[in-house]
Amino acid sequence: MGLTPPPGPGEAPEYVESMSPNWVTTRLDFLANWARSNSLWPMPFGTACCAIEYMATAASRFDISRFGMERQSFSPRQADVLICAGRLPFKLAPVIRRIWDQMPQPKWAISMGACASSGGIFDNYAMVQGIDTIIPVDVYVPGCPPRPEGLLYGILMLQKKIQGESISDPSLRVEHLVGPDGLFRRPEQIDEVSEPFGNSVSQTRSG
Amino acid sequence: MTVGLPEVRSAHGDEVLQAAGDSVLALRQRFGDSIGNARESSGQLWVVIANDRAHEILAWLRDDPGQQFNYLCDVTAVEYRDPELPLEVVYQVRSLPRGIDLRLKIEMDPEGDLEVESVTDLWAGANWLEREVYDMFGVRFRGHPDLRRILMWNTYDEGHPLRKSFPLRGHRSRSEQTRNALAANPEAHYTLEELSIVEAYHELPADVRERLVREGRVAQP
Repeated sequence: MGLTPPPGPGEAPEYVESMSPNWVTTRLDFLANWARSNSLWPMPFGTACCAIEYMATAASRFDISRFGMERQSFSPRQADVLICAGRLPFKLAPVIRRIWDQMPQPKWAISMGACASSGGIFDNYAMVQGIDTIIPVDVYVPGCPPRPEGLLYGILMLQKKIQGESISDPSLRVEHLVGPDGLFRRPEQIDEVSEPFGNSVSQTRSG
Repeated sequence: MTVGLPEVRSAHGDEVLQAAGDSVLALRQRFGDSIGNARESSGQLWVVIANDRAHEILAWLRDDPGQQFNYLCDVTAVEYRDPELPLEVVYQVRSLPRGIDLRLKIEMDPEGDLEVESVTDLWAGANWLEREVYDMFGVRFRGHPDLRRILMWNTYDEGHPLRKSFPLRGHRSRSEQTRNALAANPEAHYTLEELSIVEAYHELPADVRERLVREGRVAQP
């Protein structure tokens, strides 16, 4: 850099060839999304066997730090993506809601495995039928439990999704709550997505 | 130098059954009509005991030098699909010095008043086991120091899930269940040990504060 004397009248400004350009032009969206998608800090919410697969994903063989998730955040206030790995009983519903509320925007959620996504085989009195009745979910990873490759694919999908976001979209960070009780969906929607399906239709022990 | 441990025996097969059978005979001799049927199941003996003397019988089994059933493995309950069959509260006791197991059952009318005497004064470990039976089956334990739900959350109001009269998916719709669960406010219903924050004391509801003071977990404010 240095202090070049200002060009006198009639002189052309001096161009210093040896300096490399120290600026680039880019779209702000691209820059923000590039930074965000490549440094997602995961907040693991592991309740069951999916958490074991999550640990395998985080460990050296599969190694999610390759995707910018080096730092496991065990505090929701310093996390970007909530990974619900395992079934969610109703007893934990207020807990995951609180954790989600504590996470600062921008934030995303991955629902890992059949139970977190739909209640899985637990179509009973104790189990939330899909965490998307409690918090918004960006990526659902199927499997029981998903293999680490499956979770990695889900993470790559989330990164792709983030790269398509735009800061000019004001609706992106709005928390759509439908009632004062913190419901994320309308009651009739919850009832509809919680309807028994497949094998659990015939599970009528009594009543 | 080795530290002397109490000798723990492990008896096998017929020896166990024989010893447990002797215990049942001794029970019959001592408690008469209060001892009902006894049967062998999978190499273990179970015996039906009367509800009104159950605590006395269990205390005797624990303390009698000839019995020494000093370890309570489990307290649980069973309700059968057949409505004719009784609801059973099951005590699984073991004699560590003798290596003998015995299962005792209290039979109750599933439609009737489900109440038995607590054995927390005999085995402190019965505390959570009895809370679980209360939570899942609605059996009340007289004299239990802290009889409240343990698996379901405190404000759960749909009943006792392992009863046969309880529908598999609960009594309420999924949306109501979700709303109730989100409104549960777990911090308000657990003890300071469970929460590990002493500062919460003044924000707890009156009944929880009263319980904490009663159990001597906090100094009287």
